[in-house]
Amino acid sequence: MQVLLPQTLDEACTMLAESQGRAVPIAGGTDLIVHWPCNIEAHQKAYLDISTLDELKFITLSGDSLIVGAMTTFWETITSKQVESEFPLLVQSAKEIGSVQIQTRGTWAGNIANASPAADGVLALMAYDASVTLISTHGTREIPLHEYFLDYKCSQRQPDELIHSFCIPRRSFTFDYFEKVGSRQAQTITKVGVAITNSSSGWRVVANSVAPMVRRCYQVEQLLEKKARIQQPDDLLAALDQDVSPIDDIRSTAAYRRCVLSRLIYYALREHCPWYS
Amino acid sequence: MLRVEARSKLTGREVFIDDLPAEDIWWAGTVRSSLPRGRIRDIHFGSGIDWSSLIVVDHRDIPGPNEVQMIERDMPVLAADVVRHVHEPIVLLAHPSRRIVRQAVQAISVTIDPDEPMLDFRHPPTPQQIQYGSDNVFKKLKIEKGTVDEALAAAPIVVEGEYETGAQEHVYIEPQGMQAQVENDVLVVKGSMQCPYYIQHALMHALNRNEKQVRVIQTATGGGFGGKEDYPSIIALHAALLAIKGNRPVRLIYDRQEDMAATTKRHPALIRHRTGVDHHGRLLVQDIDVLLDGGAYVTLSPVVLSRSIIHAAGPYHCENVRIQGRVVLTNSVPFGAFRGFGAPQSQFANERQIDRIAHELNIDPVQIRKINLIKDGQTTATNQVINDGADRIQVLDRAIDLAEYHDRKKAHEVFNVQHPTLRRGIGVASFFHGAGFTGSGEVQLASQIHIHGRPDGILEVRSSNVEMGQGALTVFTQIVAERMAYDQDYIVIVAADTSVVPNSGPTVASRTSMIVGKLLEQACDDLSRQLNGESNTDGTALKDAIIRWHHIRPDQELIGKAQYNMPPDIHWNDLTYEGDAYSAFAWSTHIAEVEIDLRTFVIRVINFTAVQEIGKVLNETLARGQIQGGITQAIGWALLEQCHWNNGSMQNNNLSDYVIPTCPDVPPIAVEFLESPTPHGAQGAKGIGELPMNGPAPAILNAIAQATGADPRSIPLTPEQLMETLLT
Repeated sequence: MQVLLPQTLDEACTMLAESQGRAVPIAGGTDLIVHWPCNIEAHQKAYLDISTLDELKFITLSGDSLIVGAMTTFWETITSKQVESEFPLLVQSAKEIGSVQIQTRGTWAGNIANASPAADGVLALMAYDASVTLISTHGTREIPLHEYFLDYKCSQRQPDELIHSFCIPRRSFTFDYFEKVGSRQAQTITKVGVAITNSSSGWRVVANSVAPMVRRCYQVEQLLEKKARIQQPDDLLAALDQDVSPIDDIRSTAAYRRCVLSRLIYYALREHCPWYS
Repeated sequence: MLRVEARSKLTGREVFIDDLPAEDIWWAGTVRSSLPRGRIRDIHFGSGIDWSSLIVVDHRDIPGPNEVQMIERDMPVLAADVVRHVHEPIVLLAHPSRRIVRQAVQAISVTIDPDEPMLDFRHPPTPQQIQYGSDNVFKKLKIEKGTVDEALAAAPIVVEGEYETGAQEHVYIEPQGMQAQVENDVLVVKGSMQCPYYIQHALMHALNRNEKQVRVIQTATGGGFGGKEDYPSIIALHAALLAIKGNRPVRLIYDRQEDMAATTKRHPALIRHRTGVDHHGRLLVQDIDVLLDGGAYVTLSPVVLSRSIIHAAGPYHCENVRIQGRVVLTNSVPFGAFRGFGAPQSQFANERQIDRIAHELNIDPVQIRKINLIKDGQTTATNQVINDGADRIQVLDRAIDLAEYHDRKKAHEVFNVQHPTLRRGIGVASFFHGAGFTGSGEVQLASQIHIHGRPDGILEVRSSNVEMGQGALTVFTQIVAERMAYDQDYIVIVAADTSVVPNSGPTVASRTSMIVGKLLEQACDDLSRQLNGESNTDGTALKDAIIRWHHIRPDQELIGKAQYNMPPDIHWNDLTYEGDAYSAFAWSTHIAEVEIDLRTFVIRVINFTAVQEIGKVLNETLARGQIQGGITQAIGWALLEQCHWNNGSMQNNNLSDYVIPTCPDVPPIAVEFLESPTPHGAQGAKGIGELPMNGPAPAILNAIAQATGADPRSIPLTPEQLMETLLT
């Protein structure tokens, strides 16, 4: 095992470029540690430890957006009054991730980089139309989060790119909702989850653990834009079946995920939307 | 009093097996079967490893018979020709580098010609699947009382039901581990264990050694729950074989994944009931069939089955009872001891059945229990006359009062009408648990305990019963302190080392405080007798007397001894399964309140009440801890803990995918004790370690049935399963 220890962001980008895609960036290391004892292959790799890069540790609220540096931990957003008042779903989702120990080490960028279909942080970010800024020796580029993921654990980030930050546009929201269903009340991996927002830019409905990656539910969003009549959870299923593709796995079943997702969305909106039924 | 080992555990100074100094240690690893059943054709040692640098052991290196001495001797120490389950150990390796051992284990490939495995215990085997006797049945037992067939035919109402319970992993905090070395021809094995003498006997048998050549020492043990009753014998044998062959100290530690994959679990069960009742709900006849999945080898299954059927009819009086039990072979990783030992499975079925009968007759679930609970002078299924002065109806009544059962039930009914998506319910379970070995088991164990009065006046307890988190050290200290009016600072409990302590039996079966504690009192009395009947009401005088005794007899040992003898009023017939199955039962009623979210089918236990009659509370803090811990473990078994099987091997063998309760999953638990002392336990105490495992699962499912109108009959009841139950 080899660990690269850059002192600056520039150095980190250079090291990553020089490793020719071999080095894996790690921030809090919480995803790596889970399977460390049995994942012998992981012991042979090189790691780029960016946890000491203070340049990536910031939360900035500008006129039109919130910009959060890659090394910002979940705990730092949980304890940020600014974030809590304007983007409550970030705090809600962060509180649902692992334990306090994990929240104090785990980072938002790590949640994005890991590209898990069960990522709770990504769920909230996508509902807020976040975009990701990648940096490398070639410069930076910005990708909307809903286009960032390509497949299961696969994203647009190239091996020589680091996540620098993510950016959320400031809007006035008339609705926000987050719910995670795990197999127990705390420290659990999501079986099905949903985040919903409504603003001047329209509805955003995002679901996790129901597709190879965290998914925007465009068909459901359209139903909401059209103010379609929805009298029961089952009325959402036709749209959801186009948006998501849940599977049976060790944590849950496709039938459960599909059924519960429709119910979460239905009941989340029932009180809020007078046109609903 | 302060818990004896509290400081060392709180400060992290406690030394567990993997904390021992590791200089000169060789680390061990295990090569295992990848198939559930087959014949070993070839073992290939791959390239890239310097095999001469490792100790390599296979079945040919076993000096004695290739048998793990348990109840039977059917399990090999290392598979020789055939394998009967995935993860069955075949080859052992050791090397000074932990990393190299891991690589070497992966570099060995075992070719196995597959045979047809038996994987579902609920179905009869095909001829090709027979691997034990003529029918794969490890053990068959029967209890019969009265005339069951006639009573069933005559009963005005007969209710039938089929119930299933799943396997459960122990998840002791400290995974299994052993260290072995040979010192002057004495094999010394240290590790995490519940039963030092079981291990000694297993080592003597397979390694062809006498008891002087095998010394077993328990190190601090981070939880057992039965998981360190039978399996440690296997790990001890493996470490010992490597240590003997390599003439090196060898340490074999399972990491969490290996531990969860390869070691025993709670027996899955399928239980059928046919119950005849009259219109008031009085039990006229109980016909019960208990089927347990034993896994690939016998392990402790016959005695698990025994306890399971003895508890299967519940704490109720019924004139006609038939309970038939079988435990059968499957090609799964063997199932073994787990807190409750078969009783949680059979009482889950019985308490769901009682509630379903109440539902059918439209009578209150509390009322049906009141009508049928055993009253003094009445008998259990084995015709054991209960005359212990305990009032089982009072236990139930107290639980009802404490839980405000009737008010809460009404409040939930109102809530359920008003709330769009949440449903609340309250459920009851009444149950019992017999402490100590079943029937004549304690007589066969013939446990012995010693208490030494040392020249320095210190009282030293020598027992093979171990501290594993339950508080044995503290309770033993307390028993001696109170019996001898002694200052607890002058009492020590020595480590369970077979070269030092007599065999006071295994640390299992809720027997330590009650049975061994009682022996300890007798040993204390024996010690006082030897001091010419020095009064044991004045500890200071007693201490002086001990010091004086040694002064007069400088080279002698002052030892108070006791050995278990069957109390004269206990009678058990092992052939007919009739009589006094246990010298004492603890009685309990649990009440669970649940809230179900109909959007997600998530079940939360929101309140819990546990009232139990346990003879005498020896240490209130520890007793409450046992009750609350047992309830927590049972909540996991009932709702969360699901083993996902493939080829008889657990697929979710890690703590991300095998889900146990966290603090937010555990409700407030109100605990209250009633005391009706038994003459068979220390200070009148009965065993309580396993008792709380029996009640929560049925109480919770009864509450869910009440809240939703569903009729769930198997656990774990996950949200996915509840959805299926409610939507189909």
